[in-house]
Amino acid sequence: MWVYEKKLQYPVRVGKCDIRMARLLLEQYGGADGELAAALRYLNQRYTIPDKVIGLLNDIGTEELAHLEMIATMVYKLTKDATVEELDAAGLAPHYVAHDSALFYENASGVPWTAAYIQAKGDPIADLYEDIAAEEKARATYQWLIDMTDDVDLQDGLKFLREREIIHSLRFREAVEILKDERGKKKVF
Amino acid sequence: MMSHKGNLDPQFYEMLEKLQALDFVLVELNLFLDTHPDDLASIQQYNQLVQERTQLANHFQHLYGPLMNFGHSYSKFPWEWSKVPWPWQV
Amino acid sequence: MSHSLSHPMSHPQEVAWAPFIGPFDPCPPILCKTYSTPPHLFMHFQPLNLPQFSPEDALRHGTLWPALYSPYESRWGKGR
Repeated sequence: MWVYEKKLQYPVRVGKCDIRMARLLLEQYGGADGELAAALRYLNQRYTIPDKVIGLLNDIGTEELAHLEMIATMVYKLTKDATVEELDAAGLAPHYVAHDSALFYENASGVPWTAAYIQAKGDPIADLYEDIAAEEKARATYQWLIDMTDDVDLQDGLKFLREREIIHSLRFREAVEILKDERGKKKVF
Repeated sequence: MMSHKGNLDPQFYEMLEKLQALDFVLVELNLFLDTHPDDLASIQQYNQLVQERTQLANHFQHLYGPLMNFGHSYSKFPWEWSKVPWPWQV
Repeated sequence: MSHSLSHPMSHPQEVAWAPFIGPFDPCPPILCKTYSTPPHLFMHFQPLNLPQFSPEDALRHGTLWPALYSPYESRWGKGR
């Protein structure tokens, strides 16, 4: 089971009332390479991955849920005080008519999240290579999000999340190395 | 209608960030150890930090209420868990 | 062509390249394009005992190890 901890992983700050960014941030909330997709992908793959790397998928999957909460926090802070005119100007009128200012698992273009975004092939190398690709695509998405804002506070949180993708990618690549080593001998560094 | 204005003191944010920093190092060491299970030095550092974060978390919870639900934190009266602020509100 | 952003001794964090400019391109050309090459690309398997940030700096950098830190600056307002 999971137990909730009543704090964010990183102190998220939003310095500008730039509601347009709320819509763009949804790409990492309910998009193909977003945090929901990442968490569900790894937590689902862990049931059939070899024992040696179950822990890694479990733990990275869990950290992704904390990242999902950080993105939600950014979107929430940007939209909670927005008027209907401001939401309209930010391109969020279609979102408003379906959801008011509730968050929803959709991407920046309003396309709802789908399980078709993630894979579980059962082959551990295929699954880990998908995970590595997912981390690199998420890293790129964070770069383009950082490019789209001049709010240094928002950039700060996004830079933290981009760096986490780098660490996760390295860990998944190490997992591939562990699975390649069939004798399970001690790694020589 | 009266608005519910937060009155969190600066110490709240300071302590919270200190705890976030310790917990972040624990996340990093945890993921590292998942792929380096024989690194004794990292295990020792991990266990040492568990002790430090437990002390700090206890102090934080004494001042600002429970950090965890389902039996992992104590509560004063009345029930503290469901009180604001939630992490996305602070 | 490549240049380093912050790791003078290791691999570049960014690689620059010059795309082909066609004679009939409708818009003013971007002469130099870049892409990120973060340090994990050059680390096969993380070695033991890498130098560490303090906990506060680790949180701020998003990693415990300076060798894995990758800076990224917004392109907003930077022009072509």
